[in-house]
Amino acid sequence: MKLELSKVVQGRCRLGQLKEIGRMGQHSLDIPGCLLYTHLGSVPHLTQDTLHTLSSLPTATQVTLSNMLWDLKFVLIDPTGHTTNKTVSVWGSGGRTELTVAKFMALQRTVQPDWYQAMADGETWQTGTSRKRVRKSVDRSLAHLDECLMVHQKSQELDGVSVFGVVEGGDILEERLRSARETAKRPVAGFCLDGFQTGAMDQALRSQLIAAVTEELPEDKPRLLQGVGRPDEVLACVEAGVDLFEGFFPFQATERGCALCFRFDVTPDPESAGRARLTGVVKISGETQPNGDLNCDDQTHMTRFEMDLKDKRHQDDFRPLVEGCGCYCCRNHQRAYVHHLLVTNELLAGVLLMIHNTSHYHSFFRAVRDALANDKMDLLRRRVLGTVKE
Amino acid sequence: MSTVGGNMAAPITSEADGNIKENSMFLKKTLSAVPPLTLRIVAECPVTKARACDLTLPHSSVSTPVFMPVGTQGTLKGITADQLEGLGCQICLGNTYHLGMRPGPELIEKANGLHGFMNWRRNLLTDSGGFQMVSLVELSEVTEEGVKFKSPYDGKEILLSPEKSISIQNSLGSDIMMQLDDVVSSTVKGPRVEEAMHRSIRWLDRCIAANKHPDKQNLFAIIQGGLDAELRKACLDEMTKRDVPGFAIGGLSGGEEKDDFWRMVTLSTDHLPREKPRYLMGVGYAVDLVVCVALGCDMFDCVFPTRTARFGSALVPWGSLQVKQKQYAKDFQPIDPDCQCPTCKRHSRAYLHALFKSDTAAMHHITIHNIAYQLTLMRSVRQSIVEGRFPEFIRTFMKRMFPSPDQYPGWAVEALTSVNVTLE
Repeated sequence: MKLELSKVVQGRCRLGQLKEIGRMGQHSLDIPGCLLYTHLGSVPHLTQDTLHTLSSLPTATQVTLSNMLWDLKFVLIDPTGHTTNKTVSVWGSGGRTELTVAKFMALQRTVQPDWYQAMADGETWQTGTSRKRVRKSVDRSLAHLDECLMVHQKSQELDGVSVFGVVEGGDILEERLRSARETAKRPVAGFCLDGFQTGAMDQALRSQLIAAVTEELPEDKPRLLQGVGRPDEVLACVEAGVDLFEGFFPFQATERGCALCFRFDVTPDPESAGRARLTGVVKISGETQPNGDLNCDDQTHMTRFEMDLKDKRHQDDFRPLVEGCGCYCCRNHQRAYVHHLLVTNELLAGVLLMIHNTSHYHSFFRAVRDALANDKMDLLRRRVLGTVKE
Repeated sequence: MSTVGGNMAAPITSEADGNIKENSMFLKKTLSAVPPLTLRIVAECPVTKARACDLTLPHSSVSTPVFMPVGTQGTLKGITADQLEGLGCQICLGNTYHLGMRPGPELIEKANGLHGFMNWRRNLLTDSGGFQMVSLVELSEVTEEGVKFKSPYDGKEILLSPEKSISIQNSLGSDIMMQLDDVVSSTVKGPRVEEAMHRSIRWLDRCIAANKHPDKQNLFAIIQGGLDAELRKACLDEMTKRDVPGFAIGGLSGGEEKDDFWRMVTLSTDHLPREKPRYLMGVGYAVDLVVCVALGCDMFDCVFPTRTARFGSALVPWGSLQVKQKQYAKDFQPIDPDCQCPTCKRHSRAYLHALFKSDTAAMHHITIHNIAYQLTLMRSVRQSIVEGRFPEFIRTFMKRMFPSPDQYPGWAVEALTSVNVTLE
């Protein structure tokens, strides 16, 4: 894995490409970017045909361990691209499983992802986690990392596979710095920043801590942030030095029956005047699961970046979800139809919304890269928040 | 081969007096008289009563025998219009009752009909709403006026009359509409069956009169009469006097005995006009399809393949496969190694088994496979009729489906014998 930066803003915010990903080293990923979120290697609701209506998907697909933990003896994946394994909590569909490093590594050797993050202790997201507990999570994570690396080096099956170290530390600056420095000493390919998920702390603190952490990390290795997906938080974290994000946000919106509709156009474009206005209720996203991991009963609240298609006002609205959006859903269907599908509890609602939300979100990341390249981050931020005057 | 249908005028010949203007006016008249349905019989099985036809409808042509998947609420349960088209589906169903309730005919009309609302380019068939009212809803009363029932959404009393049903279906803009019939369960006996049969005839006439778009929407009659041969025959005699573009055989595929079922089907096809399509409603199990094609039916619909898919049941030539069962957890074959559908080309039973625990897409994969199975089955049936080897096809099909001849369903053996096909 090789990180090639084409631009660095204010010494922190980076634009570039992550190259030579994969066991054969043949793939690359633009950064800032996000991973393709999946359940067991499959984007929720989508089969290959519906997935491939989406152009320019990220080459890296994320598979969470909790989906696979129902049976540790073997794991079944039809490869859809590259897989990144997260160390997730040990809650699988069958309940709680205790994962030792040995078991964890056995899983990695079976799955043979292109890259995975070492097993870590990230249970510091609850408010009021004691200093002692936070310290323990840092110590444990380092110990796990060392053990993982040891096993990794001895495992032929993991030849060519990259390992990411996990930076812990809760909301305590010293522990964050300690974790970052120590993890950076190990021969890892990149870093996962854990314990920062939406709900664990406010963005101001998050930005502060991430900026401090990335200061301690080598410039030439990628940083992946877990559990953060809201567009405004993404922007702030990019500016704090994050390269990669998880792609669960579109899925969360889909499960709420909502369509992402926030704007991210920064080029002066007369056509954009016809675009959908933000109609979301201003209610900030609440709880997520530990480690930002999701199950199907996720109860996050609707954000200002989306519209609730179950709302009666969309009943006879024959416009696409978002004007100008080129996704399959917006090219072929209207709000009235998706509204109907939601009201009647039809499965197709999930399919269409997932297509649109995934498309919208990944286009947003493209806009982030463009804005970085053209020094338009400030405008982008205001556009995303809806504070630009027309 | 014969070309039949409606009021097709004779082709223009060059022995006409050479007046171009007169010819083109004649052509215009011919075109405007083209009916919204034509049936061309491509082949007839010399042994059984099976036919292979080309059915031309306003949105596209349909090859029969055909299985029509059911997209109840304006969607085929998790499958996009593109995916459905990609599977080769040329016609599917929408339900007047459901769509009439939500989102309602006015909205759908605003959306350019059900085709526009769903964005489906090919053909649509809508039923009248009659069956749902019997099967789903608290029935208040059936009178000569129509069927009174309570809406499950707001408790209001609604009257579904022949006129109302056709009005909704006109708004939906389907290519084939079904008359409102007085539906009686096939297990009911006695005078109610006769009453319903006669009323269905009267309602047919009211439906015909109420159709605002006879030039674009085809209204099919539905033969009733329960399991009584006399009543069926009487219904057939009367309804075939009406000039409708097609006939459905209704009132079967309920809880009746299969022995009675097939006899009513074959009686009906005996007395239905050759040159109009025969639609057997609610039939979709593979064996039933093959046998009823042999008995002379052209069109079928059923929720079974798509419904059973969502429970993890995949249809295969040798029966069905319950993907969620433990035995498939480590089975890395596709559902059917010979199947060309997107699911079988890409995924294993083991993967689908695992996926059922974590994502709805698992249902979609099986739905796609099951629709592909049904459509492929009908395509093979058609091909065998065209190539004059349908009886052989039936024998091969049955052998594959059942482990041994003594497991062949008795009714199927009898039914096939009645059309000169002997199984082992």
